[in-house]
Amino acid sequence: MAAIEAVRVCIPAILLTGALSHFAALAQDIHLARNLAATCASCHGTNGEARGDMKPLAGMAAQQLRQVFAEFKSGTRPATVMHQIARGYTEEHIGLIAGYFAAQPAKR
Amino acid sequence: MDPGRRHLLRTGAALATSLLASGASRSSEPSLGRVVVVGGGFGGATAARYLRLWGGNIHVTLVERNPSFASCPMSNLVLGGYKQMGDITRTYDSLSALGVHFVQGEVLSIDVPGRSVRLADGTALPYDRLILSPGIDFIYDLVPGLLPALAGGQVVHAWNAGAQTLALRQQLEAMPDGGVFAITIPKAPYRCPPGPYERACLVASYFRQTKPKSKVLVLDANPEIQSKKALFERAFAQYHAGILEYWPNAELKEVDGNLARLEFEDVKADVLNVVPPQRAGDLARKAGLVNVNQRWVGVHWLTMESTVAPGIHVLGDATFSAPQMPKSAHMANQHAKVAAAAVIQLLQGEPVNATPMVMNTCYSFITPTDAIHVASVHQYDASERTYKTVPGSGGVSAAASPLEGRYAHAWAENIWADTLG
Repeated sequence: MAAIEAVRVCIPAILLTGALSHFAALAQDIHLARNLAATCASCHGTNGEARGDMKPLAGMAAQQLRQVFAEFKSGTRPATVMHQIARGYTEEHIGLIAGYFAAQPAKR
Repeated sequence: MDPGRRHLLRTGAALATSLLASGASRSSEPSLGRVVVVGGGFGGATAARYLRLWGGNIHVTLVERNPSFASCPMSNLVLGGYKQMGDITRTYDSLSALGVHFVQGEVLSIDVPGRSVRLADGTALPYDRLILSPGIDFIYDLVPGLLPALAGGQVVHAWNAGAQTLALRQQLEAMPDGGVFAITIPKAPYRCPPGPYERACLVASYFRQTKPKSKVLVLDANPEIQSKKALFERAFAQYHAGILEYWPNAELKEVDGNLARLEFEDVKADVLNVVPPQRAGDLARKAGLVNVNQRWVGVHWLTMESTVAPGIHVLGDATFSAPQMPKSAHMANQHAKVAAAAVIQLLQGEPVNATPMVMNTCYSFITPTDAIHVASVHQYDASERTYKTVPGSGGVSAAASPLEGRYAHAWAENIWADTLG
């Protein structure tokens, strides 16, 4: 009897999980963080491994990157171009980008 | 040893060899499929690289006619004598090391229904998906006399980097003091909107240092400067007055040797640099992909797939640009990542990213040390099925500066690495 109960409980749960993940796939690509971070890579290096005078983003703490972005957006951090670029990304985008770069090994 | 076991071992060894040859990084996974990329510029090379970085076991072939990569960005510094060709030339070796099968060759034709690329040497490259990054070619018919003048070397375009860059540099070096360098700009859209104005500035800088009696004449078919207008106007007035002269609405109608015929007058130049009117590269036209204004390739922006040929993705300058989207190296590099992500997902039978973004940053030198930029951020708009610039984002430099000059060099170093490894 207990086993039957468990099955009754589980089936809707599985259906629901399946439906949710399908919805999530439509709403947000599983690679969205990677893809958004790749828009930074042209200047800041593949996976944030920057060279020369560009700031490396690989391995930067997510909270730090979010903070820097917020300052670029508000104009409180001096910038030549980053204030203009930061204003093109939403808080959600920045959170995803920050999470992605934080997970990359720092190379320098 | 029994024959069955021997056969198994042989097969295993052959399989291992073929996987090594294909550079497969995850040999346990079945191959996602074969992708052929044609054109090893900023778009194509980036696409090949990111397919390998993101795609796991995917067979990627890159076809490029040149043995090495010459960068258009920074090539104006070579014209001014501030960089050498070697500084803007890179090999494709890192892509090969990443498992990209690099083929130096010329594409003869594309069998669209048969999904195969044929090279001039007869090789056939079958594909599951094809990525074309054909760049631009020129519309010679619009300027009578241009083709023979280019062929005869009286005129150079230097709008593809490489031999043309060197040819123009040599002409500038050979020009006597007191000579005239004229650059003609076609009506927009053309590759690299600020490029001609940067070139005019750097040639003017070179003249001021070495041939101060010489002139730079900018003959623009457009009614005004096409990018970073106020900044270039300031540069022309502050740094290049007395040497550089800018003429708007000065469309080149005909070329006769090194004589540029405009609507109302003829300009005799010692060095004539014609940036010709442009369209998508020949390859796109031959494949029947040019479907916008008889010049450009229309694409579905979620996947960069041609609007007329499913399975063929087109990148970079050859595309009919979304609003405010420049034909730039940076943008081609960004297109390539959208395409690479989409191609992998399409091969896996998964839905593609429904909310892609791309962005652009483009630096121009106005002196050998000082640069200016333009930047923009573009978000895909599902209702209009194109990219739109994000309101409030983007912009240009407050003023030219040596700091931005340093960033321009760093930009080049990083985008070359992101494109080629």
